[in-house]
Order: sequence, then C-alpha cells, then structure tokens
Amino acid sequence: MSTLKNPVGEHDHVKGELNAPAVLVEYGDFQCPHCRMAHAVIHRVQKHFGDRLCFVFRNFPLTQIHPYAQAAAETAEFAGAYGKFWEMHDLLFEHQERLGDGLFAELAEKLGLDPAELAKALEDGTYTSKVRSGFTGGVRSGVNGTPTFFINGERHNGPADYDSLARKISEALES
Amino acid sequence: MAEILPAGSTAPDFQLPVTPDQKLSLGELRGRSVVLAFYPADWSPVCGDQMALYNEILSEFQHHNASLLGISVDGVWCHTAFAKDRNLHFPLLADFEPKGAVSRAYGAYHEEYGISERALFVIDKDGIIRWSYCSPLAVNPGADGILDALEGLEK
Repeated sequence: MSTLKNPVGEHDHVKGELNAPAVLVEYGDFQCPHCRMAHAVIHRVQKHFGDRLCFVFRNFPLTQIHPYAQAAAETAEFAGAYGKFWEMHDLLFEHQERLGDGLFAELAEKLGLDPAELAKALEDGTYTSKVRSGFTGGVRSGVNGTPTFFINGERHNGPADYDSLARKISEALES
Repeated sequence: MAEILPAGSTAPDFQLPVTPDQKLSLGELRGRSVVLAFYPADWSPVCGDQMALYNEILSEFQHHNASLLGISVDGVWCHTAFAKDRNLHFPLLADFEPKGAVSRAYGAYHEEYGISERALFVIDKDGIIRWSYCSPLAVNPGADGILDALEGLEK
C-alpha cells in the first residue's frame, strides 16, 4: 500500500481546513485529460462533503508528453503567490484545450495579475524548482500517473469517478 | 504470475536490438547500475503511463549513476515509433527473436499471453540483481521501489 511520504501542510495549496476529518490530495497535470474529468468530479465531491473534506492539489506535470504542463503548473504557482491559486487552477482546467502562453497571459489578466510579470516568472523559471521538487516527492509516494489521489495519506487505487472517490472518503470519515 | 529472478542472482547477460541497426548488451553497461523495466507492450495504456513516468525522472536515475532500459517483445520498428510518439529519452530493447528469450531468462515471461511481465530489476555495477519486483500486468508499479533500491546500492 503506497502512502503519502510528504505530509500535507501550510506549504500546500489547500481548500478547506487542514485538520478536517478527511483530507484528499490530488497529484495532477493541467494538460492531462483525465485530470480535467477528475476536476469536475472533485467539485461534486467537495459540494457533497462540505467542511468535512479538505482538498489539496499538488503539481505532477508529465512534461515529455504534455508540452504545456510545466508552464501551466508554474502559472498556477505564480497565481498562488498572489493568493489566486485556486482561481487559476479552475481556469486552467476549464480552458485546457487552449493551454499556451497566450492563454496564460489572458488568465492572469482576468485574475487581476500582471501578465508581463507572469511571462518573466515563466522565463526566469521562478517556480520551476518548486514544481520539480513536488514532482519528485510525488514519485517517492508512489504517484505513477495522473491523476493520483491520496485519502488521509493512503493512495486511492480505484477509478477517479464520483462513486469510487465518495465511497472511499465516506469510509475514511467513518474510521 | 511468473517467478522472477530474486535479489542476489547474477543478471543474465543479453544482447538485443535497440535501433534497427544497433544492438546493446548488458555487459557494455558494467560499471554502472542498470534498471531493467520489462513491460507487456508498446502503446497499451498502463505501459504508456509507466514509461512516461520513467521518462520524467531520468535525471533521478542518472543522479544514481544508473541506466534505464525498457524491454518488451515488440519489434524494433514498433519501439522506434512508440519512443518517437512519447518522446522517450531512454533505450527500448526488442526481445523479439527468439521471442521473449531474455524475458524468460529473467523469469519475466507470461507464457499464456506471450508477452513480458511487468517486472523491474535493479542490477548493480558488478552485474548482480539487487532488487526485483513483479507487478500485476494491469498495475503501473511506479518508480518509488526503484529509487529506494538505487539508494540502497549506495549504502
């Protein structure tokens, strides 16, 4: 059984309270079509469990098959530095078919961030090592593709559909 | 599931095609650690993810002075197309003729399906298997076991 080696903490992108009875961690890639499908599922799951669930998103860009995945992850980190991680996270998934520098600038502007500053951060690789080290940490925890979920530290090996995730979260809440 | 060669065994040497006009032997890599990743087939979804993952962490393997080799019974032209499509930066060996001979030597051949098992071997610089693992065919074994084993070699 694979378990999360790097615990969830303040450094993470967190939706909800870290001490919620159920903590769902996703390792995801903004260019991965399965992650996009999971994105809609997570919204339903969050709605269903409310504040009993804390959701954490960690970047796991597969850069060799998804050419925009790394830049998208860094764009989300850039937005996160201004407290807009989740807004950018949602927008990137919603516009997945248009990923690219043009879209990144457009979304930054939409969120009231400076597109020129974003372009410089991407060029300078300001967030590259943060994304990379998150990736390596994921591999050490047994992340083998995207999306990979952990529920209260245990890897979820079933499908990423609503019924399967909701059932596992319910079990975690009861135990 | 096949009985794969366990840790402590000498890794059977082999020479297999790696491109249409090149062969690679295990002996050539003596002095480096080698990660052998047997997998069932190019193009199948799980293998794709598994190889894509290894492709992302090649620098981690290099950091441990280890070479990664993928092996399946697919032919060399199939491997070439697959590697190009997935942008893979490590060699894929064709255990194609006689079919599955190297997979068999490692105990990693699935007789019923006629394909390699999803089996991993970490071989040290002296050619001794130091860690091996056979995953169910449909399960991507990830890379955490390989990285733990490579770290173990340095102790």
